[in-house]
Order: sequence, then structure tokens, then C-alpha cells
Amino acid sequence: MNSSIVLSVTTFVYAFASVLYIGSWTFKKEVMAKAGFFILTAGFTGNTMGIILRWIESYKMGYGHAPFSNMYESLVFFSWTAAALYIFVELKYRERIIGVFATPLIFLAIAYASLSPSISDKITPLIPALKSNWLIAHVITCFLGYAGFAVAFGFSIMYLIKPNDSGKGLQISDNNNKTETHLHSLFSKLPSLDLMDELIHQMVMFGFLFLTIGIITGSVWANSAWGTYWSWDPKETWSLITWFVYAILLHLRMMRGWHGRRIAWVSIVGFMAVLFTYFGVNLLPGLHSYA
Amino acid sequence: MTINSEKLSGNLKSSNSVWKFFTSVKLTVIVLLLLASTSVIGTIIPQNGTEQFYISKYGEVFFKLFNALDIFDMYSAWWFVLLLILLAINIIVCSIDKLKTTWKIIFPDKITFNIERFRHLKNKEIFELEHDLEAIEDKYFDFIKKNFRVAIKEKLPANDDHNYKGGIAIFAERGRWTRFGVYVVHLSILFMLAGAVIGSLWGFKAFVAIPEGATVDSAFLRDNETAVELGFKIRCNSFSVTFYDTGQPEEFKSNLTVIENEKELFTKDIIVNSPLRYKGLSFYQSSYGVDSAKSALFKITSKESSMTYSQKMEIGQTIDIPESGGKFTLTEFVHGYNFQGHNLGEGFVGKLIEKHNDKHDKVNTDKQDEVNNSDDKNHTDEQEIYIPIKFPTFDKMRRGAFSFEIEDYDKKYYTGLQVTKDPGVWYVYLGFIFMIIGCWITFFMSHQTICVEMIKADRGLTIIVSGSANKNSQGMKLKVTNIVSKIKQI
Ligand code: HEM
Repeated sequence: MNSSIVLSVTTFVYAFASVLYIGSWTFKKEVMAKAGFFILTAGFTGNTMGIILRWIESYKMGYGHAPFSNMYESLVFFSWTAAALYIFVELKYRERIIGVFATPLIFLAIAYASLSPSISDKITPLIPALKSNWLIAHVITCFLGYAGFAVAFGFSIMYLIKPNDSGKGLQISDNNNKTETHLHSLFSKLPSLDLMDELIHQMVMFGFLFLTIGIITGSVWANSAWGTYWSWDPKETWSLITWFVYAILLHLRMMRGWHGRRIAWVSIVGFMAVLFTYFGVNLLPGLHSYA
Repeated sequence: MTINSEKLSGNLKSSNSVWKFFTSVKLTVIVLLLLASTSVIGTIIPQNGTEQFYISKYGEVFFKLFNALDIFDMYSAWWFVLLLILLAINIIVCSIDKLKTTWKIIFPDKITFNIERFRHLKNKEIFELEHDLEAIEDKYFDFIKKNFRVAIKEKLPANDDHNYKGGIAIFAERGRWTRFGVYVVHLSILFMLAGAVIGSLWGFKAFVAIPEGATVDSAFLRDNETAVELGFKIRCNSFSVTFYDTGQPEEFKSNLTVIENEKELFTKDIIVNSPLRYKGLSFYQSSYGVDSAKSALFKITSKESSMTYSQKMEIGQTIDIPESGGKFTLTEFVHGYNFQGHNLGEGFVGKLIEKHNDKHDKVNTDKQDEVNNSDDKNHTDEQEIYIPIKFPTFDKMRRGAFSFEIEDYDKKYYTGLQVTKDPGVWYVYLGFIFMIIGCWITFFMSHQTICVEMIKADRGLTIIVSGSANKNSQGMKLKVTNIVSKIKQI
């Protein structure tokens, strides 16, 4: 069995998990979320095995490097970190339905890796600049950061579509509009707003810490490879921009008392910056060979 | 006197408002927003390009506008640096301002607890116990003490009015010092900025290319190409590049020797991620190229016999051409050669002295001979020939008796080294460490206080566990639940 096959299967397992989570919410069946969690864990196991297999395969091919060296590998690893983080959160907070928007992100990343024609799943040798132990530290921490922000993004979306208060709910039922009432009761099935708000904050802090370490390991690495710890290349700059956005979020929340919807919006803006750092920057000139 | 004090208070007032301005977190948000949004510009408009490039890309008008705003080197433009300075002042002022109050919280004269505050907390759990107070209070106290840094026990007197039978309260707390975390984070940014300033004032970035076998004692600054003395010498003994079978480069390696006062100190291989460091300077493998060739393997084809001969030659060597065709000297390796307005690229230049058996041929080239040749005119003529590496058939067009082509050649490389001196890097790294530690403390640790109130009930006890923390209230909630489940087992 080779890693590509394992990872393709993993993609479908994640898809199934997402469907179950969304289903549990749509049909208000807790048992589906339970099954979703189980399937998600299975997908995570497959994801882990795929990464390890790929690592072994690269040694067998004589290249011998950790599987974090191109777009395909980084996307697969992104799914892995996001899944790990989400599983941790669900276990810690014992809230099932919160996976509705987080699990699809896990699936989308690995699906994009497997299905996009512009992303090759070939194992390629490392160019000299990437040969450093800092590569592993840098990629792992950056992606833990991205995972934190991605899960925060999922929670933010959830926060925003959940109706604010019961007053609004009354208005909708006054309308006698059946689908709207249905939608409304659907959204209010989501976990409490306070919990969501707290979770967004927790995930942002987690992401911020790891993005910070990611930027730091990256710059220590740059200093050992090129002799300068900061060169304002577009990827570096965009990761700094992302970092600024989340620093702004933390201050708005801590010092200006922003909560709830407003913080959810800032978190969404932050995740857009993450996505641009990850994908958009490849359209600009720079040093990085991938994400 | 009155005027003076008025003036004084006036000064105080205006300096106060400046102070106030810099304590504001609104300013922080604005400055960070400006930093984030202006940074985007430099990722879209390529930095530090040439004037022609910009003019052809943006046109004359935009070029002038961007140039006036330093957009082409925006990360060191005055307005960007000003934003960083604003951020630094903001951090300093804000931290000093807040530290005054935080200090009092972290180091209070006496740690006190207020039972009423805990009674009003939302985060609490209540349960009943069949035990006597005396039988269990010490066990509870010990358990709480084990989990927290400070624990205090207080007797609560009975109060007939409220039908309160009395009991005890155990207060505990930990992590008061974690309130320092934020200051560590902010301090770390100052360290990084200081490191950057020190680096730009007392450091440099330079470049030097050293051919294999050559020694240098200076490098050239990146910005203005002036030479800087290294203070010692560096010799490149050899350079090598290896490739994967995919054609991708695998490793660039230079073998360097440091020489000081005519003494060879040490020799080190450097590769891309492993520079040589000596006396505050670092040498990084950054590029390479072909400096010249040591030797070449020629294929010599005779026009007359169609025979081909292989011949290896060193630079400067002279050989006898086979079939008594004359002599050939390999003079040099050149990076380029102009032939009728085309550059034919890297190749070798040699001196050819052909022996002529054919009279007609000799007549044809007579004129040229007179210019080039002073030797034995009757039998030989000397000419300079160029043998390009990329175009193997080029020399055939000369229509000589023998044509030369390069089969292989032994390259002599030069290694391109980035030379940097950055005395600020240690401040930056110290900042990095502070930043990580500070973030860890602020995000994952908190000042937690807890109260276990044990009230005598009609039968047994009512126990109320409540807790609060200066952040992460959800975490504290889980913690209270956790403690409750544990003390229930006591
Ligand atoms: C790039 C610059 C900055 C970064 C990365 C940064 C980072 C942080 C972080 C991580 C926190 C903790 C937030 C939390 O607990 O969730 C924080 C809190 C805070 N920051 Fe900053 N900060 C920066 C600049 C500033 C500046 C310029 C000020 C000046 C006004 C400032 C004022 C504060 C204050 C007052 C707090 C809350 C402290 C408290 O909890 O008592 N920050 N900052």
C-alpha cells in the first residue's frame, strides 16, 4: 500500500465525517455527531499513517526527508493538524455539534491536495535551502498556527449564523414562514454563544502562539541559510500581516471589550490573511518553494 | 510662585495628554492596522528594482509618485520606520502606565479574600455531604493546598438572621505572577526592534566571489559595492555542486580556509544551511559559477583523413597535432566570445599553427598571415581560434585542416558568498525567546482563585465550590468541575 492511496481513502473518510456532522445538525440527531466524531478519528488515523508512510517512502527513494516539502504535503499536514486540534477541542469541551464548520475545512484541504491537477503528489528531493532541521520545526509550528485559525474560522461562521436572541426568534415565527422557523431552530441548535465566543478566543490564542513560533523558527532558519533573519519577502511579510491582524483581535478583545460577532468578523478577516499567506503569495515573487 | 506653579501644572497637563495619547490601545490598533495594510504594498510592488524596470512597468508618472513616497524600498522608508517607532513608544508608555497598577496586584501587602465576591460568582457548584465538618475540613484543606500555591482557612460564624449555621471557607489561589506575561510579550517586541536597529547601524551585508584556489581579504557591500575589510583572509580551496538524478541541485559545498596573520587557522565545508562563522562575520553559500576551466578534452577531426582524435589539454599546454598537422596551444577559457555580433558564450581560445601541404590554401590565407605571423612564413601560419562549448560544429566552419570541438572540460568554479555582520541578532533572538515565553504565560496560564465554602446543614454539610480567573473563564469552569469531582471522593 502506498501513501497516496492511504491519503486518498482518508479524504473520503473525512468527507463522510463532515457529512455526518452537518447531518447531525440538520436533522438534529446527536447520534450522527457521535458517529461523525468516530469517523473523524478514523480519518485522522489514516491521515497519520499516510504521512508516516510517505516519510518512509521518501527514505526508500533515497531522498530521505520529512514530508513537509511541497504544496501537496503541506495541505495533507494542514488537514492533520486541524483534525488533531479539533478532536482535542471536542474531547476537552464535550460539545459535539461544534464540528459542523470545522470538519469540512479538514476535508477541503486534503481534497484540494488530492484532486487539484496543479498539485503533484510526487515525492521529490529537497533543494539545498530546505535541508535543515528548522524546516520541520518551522512547518509544524506554522501549521499548528494555521489549524488554530482555521478552527477559529469555523467557529466564527457558526457564531455569525446563529440567531442572537430569543426576541428575533419570535419575530420569525410571527412571519408564519415555515422554512424560516425551521432554519431558525436549526441554528439555535448550535452551542451557546458564550461558549462559541470563548472557543474562538481560545483557538485564536492557540493559533497566535504557534504562528508566532512559526515566524520565529522561520526567521532563525533564514538566518542560518541566507544570513538574514528577515528579508521582507512576500511570504514573510504576509505571515507578519496575518500576525498583526490577530494581534489586533487580541487587543480589541482584551482592551476594547470586543466580543461575539465583532470578534468573529475579525477572526474571519484573519483567516483570509492566512489563506493569502498560504495560497495567494505563490502568485507573488519570493523565496519560498511552497506554502 | 503662582505663575511658576501654574506653568508647571500647564506643562504637566500637556505632557500628560501626550502620555495619555500613547497609553491608548486605540492607537495600538490603528498603528498595527497601518503596519499590516501598508506592508501589503511591498509584496505587490517588487522592492529594490532598477529605475528602468519601474518606469517600464508603471510609467513615468507613477514612477515619480512611488519614488517620492519611497515605495520601492518601503520597509526602510521614513514613514514605515515612523510607524515602528510609534509602536515602540506606544508599548513603552502603555506598559509603564499599566505596570503601576499591576505591580500592586502582583505584590499586595497582604493577600485577602472576600467571601461575598465568591458568593456572587456565576461559576460555582453546590453539593451535599453527609459528613461532619470537623471530620473532613482538614482533608479538604490539604487537598486544596496541594493544588494551589496559597491556601487560607477562615471560620464563618453562624448568623441567626439568615438562618446560617456557620462553617468554614477555604480560599486558595495561584498564578498571581502570570499577570506579568503580557509585559514579557511587549518587552520582547522592544528587544527585536532594538536588535534590528543595532544590526542596521553596526552590521553590514556584503558579497564576495572567490575562485577555487584564490584568497580574499575583503567583500563588497550589497547596497553600494564598496569594499569592506574582513580583518582576515578566506581561501576557497574547492567548490562542488551535486545533482539528483531528477536534475535538481542536491548540494552546494565550498571548502574554505580562514587565514590570519599568514597562518592557516582552520578549514570548514560550508553548505547552504551551514555557514562559516568567525570573528562576528558569517559566510553563507549563496551562489556559484564557472570561473574558468582547468583542462579540456578535445575531439580533433582531420579533414583529410576523417580521423578523429581525443586529446586532453591543460590550460597553457601545447600539443603536436596528429598527422603532423602542426601545433596547438590552449591559451585560455573565456566567458563569452563575440562572433559577428553574437555572443557564443563560454568556450576556449587557442593558438593554432597549422602545417600546410596545400599551396592554394596557403595563398588564400596569405594576407592574414602577414599580419599575425612572424615565424617561418613558408610552412606555417599562426591563428587564434575560438572553440565554443555550446556549439560543437562551430570550428568546422573555419574550414581548417583540422577542426576542434570540446568533448568535456574540467570546470574551475568560483563560490559566491554572502558575508554578513549583525551584532543585533542576539537581541532579536532574546526577543524571540521572551515572545514565546510571554505568549505561553498570557495565553495558557492565569491568576486563579477558588473558594470552598463548607456550611453546616441540618444533616451533614452543604459545600459550595466557586472559582474565578483573570482570563479563560471556560477553563476555570472546567477546573471547578474537576475539583468538585475530586473532592467528592475524599
Ligand atoms: C506587535 C505588537 C504587540 C503585540 C504582538 C502584542 C501582544 C499582546 C498580547 C499577546 C497580549 C495578550 C492578550 C491576551 O491576553 O489575550 C497583549 C495584551 C495587551 N497589550 Fe499588547 N501587543 C502589542 C502591542 C501593544 C501596544 C503597542 C500596546 C500599547 C497600548 C499594547 C497594550 C496591551 C495591553 C494593555 C494588553 C492587556 C494587558 C492585560 O491583560 O492587562 N500592546 N498584547
